[in-house]
Amino acid sequence: MFILDALEGFGKYISMLGSIVAKPEKLSMYWRETMRQMYDIGVGSFWIIAIVGLFIGGVTAVQFSNKLLTFGFVPMWWMGSMTRDSMFLELAPTISALLLAGKIGSNIATELGTMRITEQIDAMDIMGVNTRAFLLGPKILGSLLIVPILVIVACLLGTLGGALAGELGGFYTWEEYKYGLQDDFQPQYVRLMFIKSYVFPFLITSIACYKGFYVKGGSLELGKASTDAVVYSSIAVVIANFVVAFLFL
Amino acid sequence: MIVTQDIRKSFGEQQILKGINTSFHPGQCNMIIGKSGSGKTVFMNCIVGLVIPEEGSILLNDRNIVPMNQKEKSVLRKEMGMLFQKNALFDSMTVEENVRFPLDMFTNMTMSEKSERVNFCLQRVNLPSANHKFPSELSGGMMKRVALARAMVLNPKYLFCDEPNSGLDPQTALVIDELIQEITREYQITTVINTHDMNSVIGIGDKIIYLYEGEKNWEGSNKEILHTENEKLNDFIFASEFLKEIRKLNNRTI
Ligand SMILES: Nc1ncnc2c1ncn2[C@@H]1O[C@H](COP(=O)(O)OP(=O)(O)OP(=O)(O)O)[C@@H](O)[C@H]1O
Ligand SMILES: [Mg+2]
Repeated sequence: MFILDALEGFGKYISMLGSIVAKPEKLSMYWRETMRQMYDIGVGSFWIIAIVGLFIGGVTAVQFSNKLLTFGFVPMWWMGSMTRDSMFLELAPTISALLLAGKIGSNIATELGTMRITEQIDAMDIMGVNTRAFLLGPKILGSLLIVPILVIVACLLGTLGGALAGELGGFYTWEEYKYGLQDDFQPQYVRLMFIKSYVFPFLITSIACYKGFYVKGGSLELGKASTDAVVYSSIAVVIANFVVAFLFL
Repeated sequence: MIVTQDIRKSFGEQQILKGINTSFHPGQCNMIIGKSGSGKTVFMNCIVGLVIPEEGSILLNDRNIVPMNQKEKSVLRKEMGMLFQKNALFDSMTVEENVRFPLDMFTNMTMSEKSERVNFCLQRVNLPSANHKFPSELSGGMMKRVALARAMVLNPKYLFCDEPNSGLDPQTALVIDELIQEITREYQITTVINTHDMNSVIGIGDKIIYLYEGEKNWEGSNKEILHTENEKLNDFIFASEFLKEIRKLNNRTI
């Protein structure tokens, strides 16, 4: 039964995605809504992503430096390329995505779920609005436009965090770190980062949209939908993370 | 004009609508009455296409909405306005933006034309100075008015009201009823209203249908309803002892 339910849900999710792609009734309204979403997600999540990025980069550098010191035969400038690669490959896109799953995932599910149970979505339907396209499309598109920028910010700040941590802890100098940053640069790591920073927000927003848009019942179900959105999108992110690494590295 | 033919709808085992035939005419307030749970909302949702009946057809000026896909419905729905039981105002938008939303979405009017139309509608429902308030800052009666203004902003041919008076005091309820009636007459709208409020039934019910256990048990006008011999309908109308007493007195004097 569980499997059947899951399959049915998956089918509904796919058909939801299909129906988002439709000719907008009014392009300007859709664009305005997309801009609003970009602003909400971008501004709303900038600080948390920036702070977390900075500290994750720092802690990565500190922990690995300690390890390297015990080995003794690896030059400390290597930390530059090490921190850079960790941030680009894994930490920035994945940790940002998990943070965003908690923040925008629950936001979107709650907003849409509230609109559903207070009949606001029905009201739009009755006006003749294509509610799936209008309510879900701009959220997904907005996140695709803004999240990669947030991920880049996290990458850069994380790499900077590594430099600061090295100076503060006396592990290596900025010059050494900079030398490491320029060493052995792998373009496909950047490509991977970009792939992740489009796949993850797509999963997060579309799953949250699905959970919120199809809520039935009252505030109890609304709360559950919001938590479900976070749980399912986080799981989707870590699975997709593995799949992407497998396919593209 | 709306014609429904043999509408049947079940949820699981439970048959809610058991074959309803009726018709609603333009310029009239058509009331659907019945006990809570008798299927009024389900019936109305069938007419607007939010619920799809298993059997039967629903003709809006000869166009059957039952087999239509989403796109075809969208076209038809530009002629509909609806007042929901819970108001369904967009809570992220101000009063003005709520009323303007259908214009923004479906017309190419300029901003000043839209503002003019919005202000006209808000004045029409006697709510001239609330443009920049949010729905959460309004009283129940004011929200109903905003919802009504939004429902009429695109000049609908059909207006659907699901319990427009629920949660309102008798005086405010009367004002809303009169508004709905005026608009219906003025613009020759085919108006369908779900209600349990006998005051509005008597006040504005040009045509009344009584749903009982999923069937249409009675149909008539507000002139006829007080003198009906129909047992079940009388039980519904004169539910309280007080009203039963009045009825006895009334019958004696006739
Ligand atoms: N989506 C649904 N799924 C299952 N059952 C439903 C659904 N919608 C309505 N029902 C059932 O249909 C019956 C009629 O409901 P409906 O909402 O039409 O009543 P109503 O006449 O509008 O009542 P009220 O006056 O309280 O609004 C109820 O028994 C309800 O449980
Ligand atoms: Mg109802």
